[in-house]
Amino acid sequence: MSTLRDKTAGWVRDRTGVQSALFGAVLTLLFFDMLRRLLGGSLAPSLLTGYLWNGLVFGLVIGLAGVGLSLTYDLLGFANFAHGDYISTAAFVGWGSTYLVAGLGEFAPLNLFFLGVGDTVFPRDVGVSVTTTPGAVLVGLVVAAVGGAAVALLFDRVVYRSMRKTGAITLLIASIGVAFTLRFLLVFLFTQRSFGLTVGAWAYELPLEGGTVNVTASELLLVLVAVVSMVGIHVLLTRTKLGKAMRAMSANRDLARVTGIPSERVVTATWVIGGALAGLAGFMIALFQGTINFQLGWTLLLLVFAGVIMGGIGSVYGAITGGVLIGLVTRVSQVWIPASFAEAVGFAVMIAVLLTRPSGIFGGDAL
Amino acid sequence: MSAPSDPIGRRLPDSAAAYWERDLVKILGTLGFVYVLYLFVGLLLGYDLFGQLNSLRRLTFLIVVYGIAALVVNLHWGYSGLFNIGVVGFMAVGVYTATILSRPVAGQNPTGSLPGFGIPLPIAVVGGVLAAAATGYAAALPSLRLRDDYFAIVTLAFAEIVRITFKSAELQEVTVLGWTFGTGGGRGIRTFSNPVRDFFDTTGQPLVAAVERLGVDGQLVSGWAFVFVLLGILIGTYWLIARLSASPFGRVLKGIRDDEEATQSLAKHTASFKIRAFVIGCAVLGLLGIVWQGASSGYITPDRFIPELTFFIWIALIIGGAGSNTGTIVGTILFVGMVLEGPAQVRRIVDEFVGLSGSVPTFPDGLAALAGGNVDPILLYVFDQTSALRVVLTGVVLIWLLKRRPEGLFGDRREVASSIDLEARVEERRGRGSEAAGSDSE
Repeated sequence: MSTLRDKTAGWVRDRTGVQSALFGAVLTLLFFDMLRRLLGGSLAPSLLTGYLWNGLVFGLVIGLAGVGLSLTYDLLGFANFAHGDYISTAAFVGWGSTYLVAGLGEFAPLNLFFLGVGDTVFPRDVGVSVTTTPGAVLVGLVVAAVGGAAVALLFDRVVYRSMRKTGAITLLIASIGVAFTLRFLLVFLFTQRSFGLTVGAWAYELPLEGGTVNVTASELLLVLVAVVSMVGIHVLLTRTKLGKAMRAMSANRDLARVTGIPSERVVTATWVIGGALAGLAGFMIALFQGTINFQLGWTLLLLVFAGVIMGGIGSVYGAITGGVLIGLVTRVSQVWIPASFAEAVGFAVMIAVLLTRPSGIFGGDAL
Repeated sequence: MSAPSDPIGRRLPDSAAAYWERDLVKILGTLGFVYVLYLFVGLLLGYDLFGQLNSLRRLTFLIVVYGIAALVVNLHWGYSGLFNIGVVGFMAVGVYTATILSRPVAGQNPTGSLPGFGIPLPIAVVGGVLAAAATGYAAALPSLRLRDDYFAIVTLAFAEIVRITFKSAELQEVTVLGWTFGTGGGRGIRTFSNPVRDFFDTTGQPLVAAVERLGVDGQLVSGWAFVFVLLGILIGTYWLIARLSASPFGRVLKGIRDDEEATQSLAKHTASFKIRAFVIGCAVLGLLGIVWQGASSGYITPDRFIPELTFFIWIALIIGGAGSNTGTIVGTILFVGMVLEGPAQVRRIVDEFVGLSGSVPTFPDGLAALAGGNVDPILLYVFDQTSALRVVLTGVVLIWLLKRRPEGLFGDRREVASSIDLEARVEERRGRGSEAAGSDSE
């Protein structure tokens, strides 16, 4: 974190206790209000469980996408605004591959890969879902991860690499340029329309008081993928030489270089890991929503930032926890606030965290 | 006078370069160049007088509105070091407030669409500007002590919150304390009628008739008059920011941009200066939102205030080079003329002369035809997608500029914070020092 200067004024740190107390009081108040509604019958338990489950699933995607953003933010010292569009690009490539595998032989491969743009192929004809075509979904998942890594690496080589020495803001502006270039290349290839992707799949109906909560196969797959990749990241960071080097770079870049850690190779590895996780997240969020369009990653990006900032920049576990918290906040807030404000609530929480604890609620820098 | 550092000034002969250094010459020269280019394109396409004037009107309109926005971003970033990427949010607040205030009260609603508060337009405009300023104050007050990149994320999130709020179905039409009003939700809301156009429809009608006798469409009169009103706002903004930056207030702002801690050590309350600069900029953005989005089309939807617009405004600033008002305007002229409107012009010329016919709805269609040896469909598709490709082009231009000329096309014209150019003095002394060293060795 030495490269990122904390300009927080002194009085903020002094008042952290007061602010935490205020934060806690508001949370307790909301909790008791929720309890009151739950017992009073104005909030059905099934509804709340649905919010929690949905929030958890959504939050895991945000956390997955946040790991890469957090790592590159910390190692290279700039906020990569193109991360959201890495997510969308990888998702499009991954889903194109899924369609290609699922519908090969029945439709023209080119139309399949472009998700039937121009109404040449319809989702119900291809019939992709986790339970009916698991092979195609798995292929798409792998391709999305590879695609995300490739895109991240490509733009690092073409754009960011020669700009390592320039300031954080110049790199940030450059990343905005990359973001718009990628996003509108997707518009060029796929137009601005939204594509339906899947057909109904098997779902477990959890009966609860006041209704049922649907736990779909895609949500279960999503949780599985997220948990497996997070365990993988944990093992990588704690057990391998590369992980050690990454942690050393994150803790003190200059010291790491002095001890002979090849910093460029570590940076490359970081982009690859971050891009692959972004790709997985992109594929899974499209599966979760059942639709995809060019703004998929962009709409997710600010929430991913929110999660990363909440968990503390540079902290992998923080990014995951922050992501899950943001996911829960956006869903559970619907108890009080209309659903159309879900994202706005996530942004507001992020602003609140930035203002009260800019280093994240866990103090940050604990990889 | 130092040697010109921009690519044009360097290539000019010395006598012309001296003229080129003047700000007005630079702006008018660039504008003239773009105008000639567009007139030439019009000539190629066989436009009549109306067509030519209309094409120039559209071009000037865009230059003026982007110019105002870019000047504000220059005040924020170039002078004060405030990284605001939520520009559209403040424009949205301005125009939505003015619209809701000025819509007729429920019951006396001739068109049957959303009611409002029925306040006269001039007061509503003031209300919109004040609302934008207040929003800027609310956004900046807590976030000023954040790092630049966090500040950027906060402003972007703020703009998105504003957009989501105006888009939400819940606020489409609400009744509070007996007043019914609303934002129109995702469908948007009809704004007020353009006073300039109204004037030429009523009192100014003889003028329009006189012009029409010359054989020119009367619409041009109100169109150009509106552009000139906007030009007045641009000049006013330019004057305001130039005055601000030349004043002691502006000197402190530049000091903050260069080194905030050093400025603080000179007993300047930097937070207060930053807030004031930010709020002034936001007020201008509110006004711009009203005259650009509100008055020109008569209808607004939340989806007009998307981050792409902020991105375009930033590019206009970066092309010219942040930190100089003249550079900002020149950059805006080049951005609008070349990058924003250029691809569409190229497409029109290709349509006219190459004569590609038919339509290719999708990229795979074009690709399939290409595999069959037919290049035309893919070209046709490319030219059909100019609106997407111009954003790609903008992104590429931005990246290229940041790599090659991070100080902008017109060189580093950053105005120094102190009233005396200390850097030049240091240079001078260094020069003298090396001379002295040289003479010593002889």
